[in-house]
Amino acid sequence: MAKPKLKEHIINREWCKGCGICVHFCPKKVLELDDTDKVVAARPQDCICCKLCELRCPDLAIEVIVERQ
Amino acid sequence: MDPNIKFIQGNEVCVEAALYAGLNFFAGYPITPSTEIAEHLAQKLPEQGGKFIQMEDEIASMAAIIGASLTGKKVMTATSGPGFSLMQEALGYAIMTEIPCVIVNVMRGGPSTGLPTSVGQGDVMQARWGTHGDHGIIALTASNHQDVFSITIDAFNLAETYRTPVILLFDEVVGHMREKLVVPEPGEIPIVERLRTSVKGGVDYHPYLPREDGRLPMSDFGGVHRYNVTGLYHDMWGFPSNNPSVVQGLHRHLNDKITNNVNQISRYKEYYLEDAECILISYGSAARSALHVVQERRPRGEKLGLLELQTLWPFPYQMIKEKCENAKSIAVVELNAGQVLRAVKRAVNDPEKVFLANRIDGVFITPVDIRNMLRFVQGRGA
Amino acid sequence: MAIKDYLRERFFPHMWCPGCGHGIVLNNMLRSIEQLGLSKNEIVMVSGIGCSSRISGYVDFHTLHTIHGRALAFATGVKLGLPELNVIVPMGDGDALAIGGNHFIHAARRNIDITAIVMNNRIYGMTGGQFSPLSGIGTMATTAPFRNIDHDFDVAELSKAAGATFVARTTTFHAKQITDIIKQAILHEGFSVVEILTQCPTYFGRKNREGSASNMMELYKKNTTPIGSQAKQENPELIERGILHEVEAPEYCNEYDKIIKAAMKGK
Ligand SMILES: Cc1ncc(C[n+]2csc(CCOP(=O)(O)OP(=O)(O)O)c2C)c(N)n1
Ligand code: SF4
Ligand code: SF4
Repeated sequence: MAKPKLKEHIINREWCKGCGICVHFCPKKVLELDDTDKVVAARPQDCICCKLCELRCPDLAIEVIVERQ
Repeated sequence: MDPNIKFIQGNEVCVEAALYAGLNFFAGYPITPSTEIAEHLAQKLPEQGGKFIQMEDEIASMAAIIGASLTGKKVMTATSGPGFSLMQEALGYAIMTEIPCVIVNVMRGGPSTGLPTSVGQGDVMQARWGTHGDHGIIALTASNHQDVFSITIDAFNLAETYRTPVILLFDEVVGHMREKLVVPEPGEIPIVERLRTSVKGGVDYHPYLPREDGRLPMSDFGGVHRYNVTGLYHDMWGFPSNNPSVVQGLHRHLNDKITNNVNQISRYKEYYLEDAECILISYGSAARSALHVVQERRPRGEKLGLLELQTLWPFPYQMIKEKCENAKSIAVVELNAGQVLRAVKRAVNDPEKVFLANRIDGVFITPVDIRNMLRFVQGRGA
Repeated sequence: MAIKDYLRERFFPHMWCPGCGHGIVLNNMLRSIEQLGLSKNEIVMVSGIGCSSRISGYVDFHTLHTIHGRALAFATGVKLGLPELNVIVPMGDGDALAIGGNHFIHAARRNIDITAIVMNNRIYGMTGGQFSPLSGIGTMATTAPFRNIDHDFDVAELSKAAGATFVARTTTFHAKQITDIIKQAILHEGFSVVEILTQCPTYFGRKNREGSASNMMELYKKNTTPIGSQAKQENPELIERGILHEVEAPEYCNEYDKIIKAAMKGK
């Protein structure tokens, strides 16, 4: 099976409370909190689409969209 | 013998009537003097495809019937004073969430464990104010088996009509005594069925928006409408809200739907009131002795009458005021320290003429007791 | 269906604090339901009172938000009323095991087909950080300002002893395991208990110096181990995760149906 390829991170800035869980647990350090304490995908090219951020976000605020093969 | 004529206990009459009214779910916890209700229903409900469950306590019993009512069942629980106290929090929940259910309290002597096997009528105020917060409540009672039958059906009908818990305040004497009951034919007494919404799936349904006639059509859990039920103040969809106008609106609604309908909810019986100079006001088993006194004294020319209350809450203040307008004295006959007495005093023009004829020793009040007390009331006492 | 389709999105962002583990439970519980392909109309969620119990307001099922501790008793009425419904009962640790302890063991004893999810943050979140029956000795809370001397329950052992036929445990760090276990718990016919260790950074974390939400989740990783692991033998202090108990036993509503059949025949 081909490796999934990132299309985008959909971040719901209204819902994100800036808890930093996704940032902390991202194995590739893709995510960061910006100056308003909302998450941004700072290094999307490094994303391996493990979706751990999506599964662990308490606010259902981040989604990892992969390219359809 | 006519199979419709029975000679049974009051508790069993309540069971027969509840089944007649469509009861199909009961949850309860044993307590004297109500236990026979649970026992008979454990037998009879499954025979008709209904469900009986013995819960771990009265809190759970009350909770379980509320849950089952939301699945479309007609539900009831039965208890006595101590268990009724345990039900109060969930009773308030049923009031707030407007879930139809019937709670039977076969009263015994209290407070606390009190007199488990003796009669008392000390829960009248607990029925009114036992749960926290302002609220309207319906509580009914009866003094003989034929009336226990019809008033139990009334309880179910009112619960459905007003989407509210209804309390049946019976007592140990009525619950345990045996007398004749003629079971009405099916259809003889009208039954109010659950009013379900006609709103189709996919169309916005408002579980808490009353229709023009004040009724709130329901939708069973498992059906096409998914809504929220909460004990928090809530909007017309059932979602929590602390918007002051929503809160005030719901608060008013919960009170008004009962108090504005006193006349529709009020049930009572009157004997020789037209020209009565002395009126006895009584209810439940105590009213049996009161009636005896009146029926015995009338032929001797004594202008005595009886007003037997069957609806205790909402209290029929206006009706009592009118009926008692011309009476010289009023004696409230009850088995407590004067719980209905206080309400009667509030109702009449001249509270000074209202007296209490009671017993609070666990012994049933007899006609002789009442006659003796009347001598004082009528100024003939020594 | 996407998991958002199971949400009542108009109430978001939700009321929980930043980093509260309850949201991770919500997130992954919805994934279980989505993966099972259950329809929204066949699910009833019943909850009590507490931060955790607010979960029912956020999901687009039939939802019954009741009173503190009694959710399982309400749920018993719903389930016995209409056994074909899937009844899920998320509870806080105080809700489930202090005020609701009696209902908890009796629901387990009946083996009624309800999925109970204990969202265990070891504290009373909603009322501001008092200790719970799961806080354990030595923890700090507003009502244990010196240190807690109350022993805690082992939810899994308690459930098992009371008669639950499916008992599992995981944590918010192990998000995929939450989804997997809740799926199995819902499919299990009988009373199932899923204990999920979930962080309350606001009260438990602060009072007990466990740091940020992420740090608390790191502790779940560090202090737990899959059931039957080598690590557990080496360090008995570790908390086991996974399905701890699963047996088949007659389920209450099925048994009652048999009673009805027998009673109707006898008539
Ligand atoms: C009868 C009653 N007693 C007390 C309370 C106050 N109360 C609300 S939530 C709660 C405890 C919440 O803790 P927990 O169940 O562990 O859930 P959490 O908030 O931590 O998710 C208490 C004591 C109440 N609502 N009702
Ligand atoms: S985990 Fe969710 S709420 Fe927390 S920072 Fe990331 S996106 Fe925001
Ligand atoms: S107080 Fe604790 S349990 Fe409650 S929402 Fe905040 S973090 Fe969650």
